[in-house]
Amino acid sequence: MIGGLFIYNHKGEVLISRVYRDDIGRNAVDAFRVNVIHARQQVRSPVTNIARTSFFHVKRSNIWLAAVTKQNVNAAMVFEFLYKMCDVMTAYFGKISEENIKNNFVLIYELLDEILDFGYPQNSETGALKTFITQQGIKGQTKEEQSQITSQVTGQIGWRREGIKYRRNELFLDVLESVNLLMSPQGQVLSAHVSGRVVMKSYLSGMPECKFGMNDKIVIDKQGKGGASDDAGKSDLGGGSGKQSIAIDDCTFHQCVRLSKFDSERSISFIPPDGEYELMRYRTTKDIILPFRVIPLVREVGRTKLEVKVVIKSNFKPSLLAQKIEVRIPTPLNTSGVQVICMKGKAKYKASENAIVWKIKRMAGMKESQISAEIELLPTNDKKKWARPPISMNFEVPFAPSGLKVRYLKVFESKLNYSDHDVIKWVRYIGRSGIYETRC
Amino acid sequence: MPAVSKGDGMRGLAVFISDIRNCKSKEAEIKRINKELANIRSKFKGDKALDGYSKKKYVCKLLFIFLLGHDIDFGHMEAVNLLSSNKYTEKQIGYLFISVLVNSNSELIRLINNAIKNDLSSRNPTFMCLALHCIANVGSREMAEAFASEIPRILVAGDTMDSVKQSAALCLLRLYKTSPDLVLMGEWTSRVVHLLNDQHMGVVTAAISLITCLSQKNPDEFKTCVSLAVSRLSRIVSSASTDLQDYTYYFVPAPWLSCKLLRLLQCYPPPEDGAVKGRLVECLETILNKAQEPPKSKKVQHSNAKNAILFEAISLIIHYDSEPNLLVRACNQLGQFLQHRETNLRYLALESMCTLASSEFSHEAVKTHIETVINALKTERDVSVRQRAADLLYAMCDRSNAKQIVAEMLSYLETADYSIREEMVLKVAILAEKYAVDYSWYVDTILNLIRIAGDYVSEEVWYRVIQIVINRDDVQGYAAKTVFEVLLHEPSKFGRWFGSVLLGRPLVQFNLLHSKFHLCSVPTRALLLSAYIKFINLFPETKATIQEVLRCDSQIRNSDVELQQRAVEYLKLSSIASTDVLATVLEEMPPFPERESSILAKLKKKKGPGAVSVTELDDSKREAGELNGGADRGPDTASTPSPSADLLGIRSAAPVGAAQTNAGSLLVDVFSDSGCSHFPFPLLPIHSLFVLLPICFHPCFVLGLSLHPCPVLWPPSSAPPSEDPAPPLSEADELLNKFVCKNNGVLFENQLLQIGIKSEYRQNLGRMYLFYGNKTSVQFASFSTTVSCPGELQLNVQSKPVEPLVEGGAQIQQVLNIECITDFCDAPLLNIKFSRYGGALQNLTLKLPVTINKFFQPTEMSSSDFFQRWKQLSQPQQEAQKIFKANHSMDTEVLKAKLLGLGTALLDNVDPNPENYVCAGVIQTKGQQIGCLLRLEPNAQAQMYRLTLRCSKDTVSKRLCELLAQQF
Repeated sequence: MIGGLFIYNHKGEVLISRVYRDDIGRNAVDAFRVNVIHARQQVRSPVTNIARTSFFHVKRSNIWLAAVTKQNVNAAMVFEFLYKMCDVMTAYFGKISEENIKNNFVLIYELLDEILDFGYPQNSETGALKTFITQQGIKGQTKEEQSQITSQVTGQIGWRREGIKYRRNELFLDVLESVNLLMSPQGQVLSAHVSGRVVMKSYLSGMPECKFGMNDKIVIDKQGKGGASDDAGKSDLGGGSGKQSIAIDDCTFHQCVRLSKFDSERSISFIPPDGEYELMRYRTTKDIILPFRVIPLVREVGRTKLEVKVVIKSNFKPSLLAQKIEVRIPTPLNTSGVQVICMKGKAKYKASENAIVWKIKRMAGMKESQISAEIELLPTNDKKKWARPPISMNFEVPFAPSGLKVRYLKVFESKLNYSDHDVIKWVRYIGRSGIYETRC
Repeated sequence: MPAVSKGDGMRGLAVFISDIRNCKSKEAEIKRINKELANIRSKFKGDKALDGYSKKKYVCKLLFIFLLGHDIDFGHMEAVNLLSSNKYTEKQIGYLFISVLVNSNSELIRLINNAIKNDLSSRNPTFMCLALHCIANVGSREMAEAFASEIPRILVAGDTMDSVKQSAALCLLRLYKTSPDLVLMGEWTSRVVHLLNDQHMGVVTAAISLITCLSQKNPDEFKTCVSLAVSRLSRIVSSASTDLQDYTYYFVPAPWLSCKLLRLLQCYPPPEDGAVKGRLVECLETILNKAQEPPKSKKVQHSNAKNAILFEAISLIIHYDSEPNLLVRACNQLGQFLQHRETNLRYLALESMCTLASSEFSHEAVKTHIETVINALKTERDVSVRQRAADLLYAMCDRSNAKQIVAEMLSYLETADYSIREEMVLKVAILAEKYAVDYSWYVDTILNLIRIAGDYVSEEVWYRVIQIVINRDDVQGYAAKTVFEVLLHEPSKFGRWFGSVLLGRPLVQFNLLHSKFHLCSVPTRALLLSAYIKFINLFPETKATIQEVLRCDSQIRNSDVELQQRAVEYLKLSSIASTDVLATVLEEMPPFPERESSILAKLKKKKGPGAVSVTELDDSKREAGELNGGADRGPDTASTPSPSADLLGIRSAAPVGAAQTNAGSLLVDVFSDSGCSHFPFPLLPIHSLFVLLPICFHPCFVLGLSLHPCPVLWPPSSAPPSEDPAPPLSEADELLNKFVCKNNGVLFENQLLQIGIKSEYRQNLGRMYLFYGNKTSVQFASFSTTVSCPGELQLNVQSKPVEPLVEGGAQIQQVLNIECITDFCDAPLLNIKFSRYGGALQNLTLKLPVTINKFFQPTEMSSSDFFQRWKQLSQPQQEAQKIFKANHSMDTEVLKAKLLGLGTALLDNVDPNPENYVCAGVIQTKGQQIGCLLRLEPNAQAQMYRLTLRCSKDTVSKRLCELLAQQF
C-alpha cells in the first residue's frame, strides 16, 4: 500500500507528486529532499525511514522516484512497482529525463491514476495501458472498442487483446546476461554470479499458446530419466560453447506464464503479450564462463613512482568477438603524471575520474593483450596509504556466460491456420559485464 | 595598501570557480575538482620552477577546493614559499592559506614561524600587519609561545606605524584570550597604558580593548589607566562633532571609543582623586545633556550611536552608585525611553532600571514610573520586554507599593505567557511574604495566587505558606476560616494545605473535606489522610466516622502504596493505641526552624547565580524574621536544606516513634500486636540504639515500618535449595567499594530483597549485623545464608543460621563474628538462597564488605616520628603508589571524613604541604601487627591524586592501594 509517489529532479525540486493516502502529508516531500537528496553524506540505502515514514527510491539518471508509505509494506513489491513505472514511462516517452517528465506530466498523472489505485498496484502492462491511455487526446471510441477494453482490463488475460492479426508471424528472443565477478590478485574467484533476462518481442496473430524450453538442469535430468523423449528439441539454437545443462538458482516470470504448470511440470507455457516484454529473470552462480581474465601487477618504486602492468586474456571460442572492452585502472590520489604504453586499443589517464581508462573495440577469443603504465606521485604530508581499489572491466560478448541455451520455443494457435513452422524465430545471446572487478 | 595590479586578476581561478558553479550535479563537480587537482599536482611536481603568480593561483585554487569541503593534502610547501615573496598579493594568499589550512602539528610550522618572524622584523608595515593577522587568526598555543614576547615590543616601539600598532594590540588580545599564561605584560604595562594617549584614535580603540581585558585579570597593575581614560573621554565628549573627522559617526564623535572607555571605567571603583572624579562627573553630565539635545540627524545610526553611549554611561553611573543626582537624572532619562517606539530601547531601559531600583539613591525615582511599567506589563507585545517589566516591578517593590504591585502582578498572571508564569508566581509569593503587613492580606494573596495559577505554583510556595501559618498561631484562625469558605465553592486544590490547619467544627469540616476527597490527586489524598488522623486526636467524637472511612476498601486496598500504607497505619494506630500515645504521636507540628526561604532559593536557581543580589537575600531574611517573629533563629540554619515535603509523613513520624521506644516501648506493642514482629528496634542491642536515629531516615527502615495487608494464602514452597552458590554478582565489587570507608549502610537491594549492614571492629575482631528485609508481600521460604572465605585460613567467620521463613515485608537479622588471622586480599562471600512462592529458587552471592583496613588501629605520631618510620619502610616492594583521576569531589571535609572512616589516624602538621594528607595506623591480625603509613597528594587543578602507601608487609600495601584508589 503505497501512500504516495514523488518524482524529483536532481536539485530536489518536485516534478510529480501524487498522494494516495491521507497519512502522507505535504511535509513528506520535504523530508525526503532534506534527508536523502540533499544529505551531506550520500545516501546509499534505497530505503530510508524518516519519522516512521518509509521512503523507497530509485534513481534514473538525474531523476529520483520515491514511493512513500507509513505502513509495513513489502519492500520488494514497491521496488518492482517503481521499476515497472520506469519501464512504462520509457515505453511512453523514451528516456526518463527532467525535460521529458515536464513535457509529459499530464500523461504521467494519468498513468499514475491507472497503475496505482489507493496505493495498490494495478495492471502496469505497457501494451494494455497503451490501448486506453494515449497521447493523442480523446478519440471517439466505438461501443465495441469500449467493451473490448473493458473485457480486457477486467478479464482473465489482461495483457493481450483479442483479434490481433499479422501478415508475417515473427518472434524475437533475446537472452541478456550480466556477469559479476570479484577476483583476488592471485586469480582466485571470490564471488561470481550471472543475472540474466529473457526478453521477447512477439508479433503473432490471434491468441497463441507458447512453450519455452531451455537447458535447465532439472528438466534435462528428468527427461534423461524419462528416456530421451525429446532429442529433436535439443538442436542447438544458440552459438556458445557447449555445455549440457545449467543450474538456475532462482527465477521470476512475467505474469503471463502459468506458474502452476511450471511448478508441476517445470514447463514454461504462456499466452504472450503483444510487442516487447520480459519473459523471465534468473540468476546462476555455478559453472559460469568468465569471458575475461585480468592479471594485474603493481609495483611501488620509492615514494614517488608506481609501475602498473595489466594483462587481459579472453577466454571463449576464437570464432567469437567481444566488443566495447574497457579496463579501468584506478590511480592514487596524489598522481602527478602518467605514461601509458599499450599493445592494442587506446589508453588514457582520466584525471577527473582518478583512473587510467583503456579501451579496445574488438577482441577475439583466446587472445591476450597488455598495458603498462608508469605513474608519478607527488609526495604528500599525509601518511595514509593508498587503498588500491580493484581494477574494473566492461565488455560485451555474443554468448551467455551462464551457459543458458534456448532449446525450443513452440507456438500453437488452434483457431487460426498457422503452425509452429510458419513462425519466424530469432534468437540472440548478449553477455555484458556487471561489476567485473579484480583486486590488485 | 598596494592596489591589485591588472596582471594579478588570476583568470584561471575565475574560470575554475565559474566551472564549478555551472556544474549540474555533485558528480560533475567532483569530476571537475579531480581534474583540477591532477593539473595542480602535475604543476607542483617540482621538476620545473613555478613563478610566483602561478604558484599563487594554484594555492588559491587549492584553498577554494578546501573551502568546498574536500581534503587537501599537498601544496603546503608552495604556500609557505609564497610567504617569502616580496609581492603583497602573493604574501597575502600565502598567509590566507596558512591561517586556514595549516594545523599546528605540521612539520612546516618551523618554516612558517621563520617567515612570520622575518616579516615582523621587516620595516614594511603591510607585511608586519599580514604577519600579525596570521598570528591572530591561527591564535594557537604554539603561535603564542613563539610570538608572545615579540608582539608587546612592536606594540610599544616608538617607530611602529599606527596601523601596525592597531594590529599588534588586537593580536596580543587574541593571544591573551587563548593562553593568558604566556602573555606576560610586566615591564610593558605602563607603556601599554600610555597608548591611551596616542594621537591616533584607531590605536586607542584597539589598545583599550586589550587594556580592558588585561585589567579584568589584574586590576591593580592597570590602575593608572583610569585617569588617562577619564581625560580621553572628556576630550571626546567635549569635542564638537566635526573635530574628530574620520572618527565622527553620524554627528557622534567616536562612539565606539567612548563606549569602550566607559566600559573600561566600569572595571574600577570611582576614582579617589577629586579632580579626576570631578572631570568624570562632568563628562557623564555632558553625555546625559547631549542625549537630551534634539537629534542632529533623523538617521537611525545617529540615535543608535548616541543611545549606546548613553546606556554605557548610565551603567557606569549605576556601577559607581555614589552620585545621587546623576542616578536620578539617569532614571528620568530612562523613563523617557520606557514609552519609546523602539522595542529594543524599551527593553534596555527596563533592564537598566532594574539595576537602578536596587540603588538606595534612585529607588524613589524609579518608583515614579510605576504606572508606566505596569502599563508596559499589560500592553507590551514583546514577551521579553514584558519579562523585564515584571523584573522591574519586582525590583521596585517595597512596603509602600507592595499591595498595588502584587495586585497588578496577580491580575497580569491570569493572562501571562506560560513561559514566565512560574517565575511570576514565585515573585508574587516572595513579595507577598516579604512586604506583608497583615496576615489576612498575605493569606488572601496566596490563596488568589493558587487559584489563578494553580498548576504553576511549585511545591515550595505552599510549603512556605504552611510553614508561616504554623509558626504563627494568630494567623491559623483566619487561614483556616478562609480556606474553609473557599472550600465550599472551589475544588480540590486547597485541600492540600488544610491538613495542618486544625480548627472549626469537626464533623462538618470533616464531611466537607471528605466530599472533595475523590477529586484530589494522590499526594493531596495522602495529606488528607494525615489530616483525618489528626482529627481523631483532636476531636475524639469523629473517630468512628473516620475509622469507617479508613477501613473502606478504596483506602485500605488502594492501588497506590503510599495511600494504602497510610490508611492501614492510621487505622491501626487509631484503633490500638491509647489516647496518650495518639496525642504524643500526633502532637502539633513544632514551629519550623527559620530558614532561608526555599522559594527565594528556587527563584535564585531559576535565574542563575547573581540574579538575586546578596543584599536582597539578607533583606528578605530580615523581613522574614520580622514576619515570623516568634520563632528563634538558629545561627547556622541558613544552610539547611529545604523542609521535608511530608508534613506528617512516615519519615518525620519515625524519629518520634524511636523516641517513644526509648521511653517505654509503647509503640513497639502497637506494631507487634498487628501481627508483624518485624519492627527492627527491639531486636537490636540497646547500645546501638543511638545509631538508629539517623538510620531511621533511611528508606529501608521506613519500609520496615510499613504493614502489608495482603494475607499469605499460599503454602511455602518446600523444595530445599540444592544448587551450588551462584557466582558473585557483577556489581559485587562496586558494592564492596562503598563500604571501604564506612561500616553501616545498605549493602544490596533489588525488587525482592534488601540487605542492610552494621558492623564494628576492635583489634583483630569484628562483629557484623546483617539485616535481611523481604520487600515483597509474599513469604520467602527456605531462606538460608552461608559465608565462605576464599583464602586459606586468613579470616575466620562464624555465623548463626537464620530462620528459614521470612514473612512478606519482614526483616530478619543475622550476626557474624569475624576474626582476622592474617592479612588477606579477597573479601568473604555471602551466599543467600531462598524461594518465593511461585518463583524459582533465588541464588545470590555477594561480597561481604570485610576489607583489610577494617582492622586498622589509628596511631598518632609526631612529624619526626612519621618521617623516621617512612624512611624505614623504604624498600621498593613495601611501597605502593598510584596516580589516578578523582572520581568524587575533592572537598577537604569529605576527604578527611573518608580517611578517618578508613580507620587510620589523620596526622596534622606532618607534611610540609598543607594540601596533602598523611595517615598512620596499625593493622591488627591474630599473628602480627602491620604498620601502615599513607600519604595522599591531591592536585586540584588536574583533578588527580597521588596515593603512596608504605607498609611493613608488601601485599598489604598493594591491597590497600587498590582499595583506596576507588574511594576518592
